[in-house]
Amino acid sequence: MTETLWTVDESGIRDFSAANNEPEWLLNVRLDAFKKAEDLPLPKPDKTKIDKWNFTEFGTHAVKSAPFNSFAELPEAAQAVVGPENETQNVYVQRNGVPSILNISNELKEAGVIFTDFATAAKEHSDLLQKYFMTQVVKADEHKLTALHAALVNGGVFLYVPKNVEIKEPVQAVFIHDDQNAAIFNHVIVVTEANSSVTYVENYISTVETKQGVANIVTEVIAGNNSQVSYGAVDTLTENVTTYVNRRGVTAPNARIEWSLGIMNDGNTISENVTNLIGDGSFADTKMVVVGRGSQSMNFTTKVVHFGKHTEGYILKHGVMKDAAKAIFNGIGKIEHGATKSNAVQESRILMLSEKARGDANPILLIDEDDVTAGHAASVGRVDPLQLYYLMSRGIEKREAERLVIHGFLAPVVNKLPIENVKKQLKGVIERKVRQ
Amino acid sequence: MPQSTLTVKDLHVSIDGKEILKGVNLEIKGGEFHAIMGPNGTGKSTLSAAIMGHPKYEVTQGTITLDGEDVLGMEVDERARAGLFLAMQYPSEITGVTNAEFLRSAVNARREEGDEISLMKFIRQMDGNMDLLEMDQDMSQRYLNEGFSGGEKKRNEILQLMTIEPKIAILDEIDSGLDIDALKVVSKGINKMRGEDFGCLMITHYQRLLNYITPDYVHVMMQGKIVKSGGAELAERLEAEGYDWIKQELGIEDETVQ
Ligand SMILES: Nc1ncnc2c1ncn2[C@@H]1O[C@H](COP(=O)(O)OP(=O)(O)OP(=O)(O)O)[C@@H](O)[C@H]1O
Ligand SMILES: [Mg+2]
Repeated sequence: MTETLWTVDESGIRDFSAANNEPEWLLNVRLDAFKKAEDLPLPKPDKTKIDKWNFTEFGTHAVKSAPFNSFAELPEAAQAVVGPENETQNVYVQRNGVPSILNISNELKEAGVIFTDFATAAKEHSDLLQKYFMTQVVKADEHKLTALHAALVNGGVFLYVPKNVEIKEPVQAVFIHDDQNAAIFNHVIVVTEANSSVTYVENYISTVETKQGVANIVTEVIAGNNSQVSYGAVDTLTENVTTYVNRRGVTAPNARIEWSLGIMNDGNTISENVTNLIGDGSFADTKMVVVGRGSQSMNFTTKVVHFGKHTEGYILKHGVMKDAAKAIFNGIGKIEHGATKSNAVQESRILMLSEKARGDANPILLIDEDDVTAGHAASVGRVDPLQLYYLMSRGIEKREAERLVIHGFLAPVVNKLPIENVKKQLKGVIERKVRQ
Repeated sequence: MPQSTLTVKDLHVSIDGKEILKGVNLEIKGGEFHAIMGPNGTGKSTLSAAIMGHPKYEVTQGTITLDGEDVLGMEVDERARAGLFLAMQYPSEITGVTNAEFLRSAVNARREEGDEISLMKFIRQMDGNMDLLEMDQDMSQRYLNEGFSGGEKKRNEILQLMTIEPKIAILDEIDSGLDIDALKVVSKGINKMRGEDFGCLMITHYQRLLNYITPDYVHVMMQGKIVKSGGAELAERLEAEGYDWIKQELGIEDETVQ
């Protein structure tokens, strides 16, 4: 295999783990994964060649940033996301790898909810973290990037909702990237015990440019019996950050996971979103919007695997590609043998705004059971010049006409997002990305 | 405001290298209503598209001016803001953009940045026009023309006309696909525009529209040219007798564009 340039070595990992007073099991997971990372292959996202992408060279994974102490100190973009500070708010803010602000309401504390940064979770909830961290949803040895992730994880959150607890207000995590040397290895775990529910929203915000950055993000959602997780994400990482983001969930019987994903990074991005519907009667819904610009290349795999009977999986993705941006949409609905009465539905659409933009949508249904229903729709096309002509014939300038068509193209997804906060944010982000 | 004048002189238009219009001359002034009639495929829609600036139609000869300004040198949106309007025979459908959002963009496109129309005022105006056109209020929140019936699309074109208040409007078969009641309603909307500062060119196949909106001038188009012009009585005769007598008079065998 080719020579890999490692920014970190084993002693760096030991130092980092020691500095954070991590339990021994976690250090061992890291060291073991680090050894494997060397030999494991990169993942192979369908139709995108990533062997020349930079996943391993970055400034440092142990960046020391001064924490933000209050909302007032946050960069504007982050302030807009968290809104004015109030007592019922549940917000975590991380500056590069450094935990900055953690507000959790008394109500949630009293109910036994755990919402804390990854390092604190490792210290204070070691057993729980050990139970869930890369043991059942995402495994360290899947490929080089998951192994690197396990070895170098340097941030993220742990959210644990005990049984029967229903959290009304969204729980938010804001990850601020404002140091050009910082590499992002965030790990997010969301666990909902039986009959509980939560809405979690995360933001990735870059406020610096970097020459060479890496984000390697893994989310694991474990939805217990009859519980509900609504998971929102708005990613806006800067141009030279290469992103690997893997958001994956598993469902117990009658559990529901809804994903609302706005992937608006300006750099090369591999996004994998998988829901394994293990329990009977469980449900997954993925809604995703993407805007690509510049010369970025992106690959989005969205997959729902049906193991349980009477499971339902929905995928709806719309993307707009500007300039010379390129996107591959892979949608996979897989129904395993025995998953009777299941339903797998997916729709992928890409609109290309310029001659140089590229898009490809690959809907795949893999069905190993007779008694099921499934359907897919996919389209890739350029802006219809007659639509622009029609709008312009009413006096609307070309740019504004294009803006209307783009918003219109994404609206059927954006308007259906179940999380108001994400909907509102995305409208703003789309507006900004479209204008420039 | 002084009356506007749209002047078309010796207009030749090609599409994909084929000449469709072969020297059209026409002048429309504020306050005037013109009708263009003519058999299928004789170039009527082509004329309207060339005036508006449809991307596929190439003007190879002749001029179009609005109040002396060169229309052919303007982009489509500039033509619209200069005062031209085209109600299209086949309006586009645009997903995700509501009718109201679209209309408001069209109104604001004519106003300075920072001087956008207030939402209240816009809604009041839109609701008023929709009432007059007997359109369901929920049409304003539907996506632009998406899933609209033929008749609904036509009403929606007139709603735009009434909202935008152009100087010169071209209505391409605004009556096609309308039932009798809808025809009356749409005509009411168009007649409401009448005035010294509004000129109109209606492309139609039927006298029935002209029963509601009396034209001052009627033109007949054949072979990519206006071959005959007259007053309202010309349309009545065409309704009664068809086009054969004109073809005979002018010695035309095949009226379509060759
Ligand atoms: N986009 C196009 N591509 C090819 N040919 C075209 C196109 N548009 C118009 N034509 C041709 O130009 C000629 C005139 O068409 P036009 O639409 O102007 O006719 P019209 O008088 O409006 O007819 P109708 O009464 O049926 O609406 C026809 O032969 C038509 O086929
Ligand atoms: Mg026509």
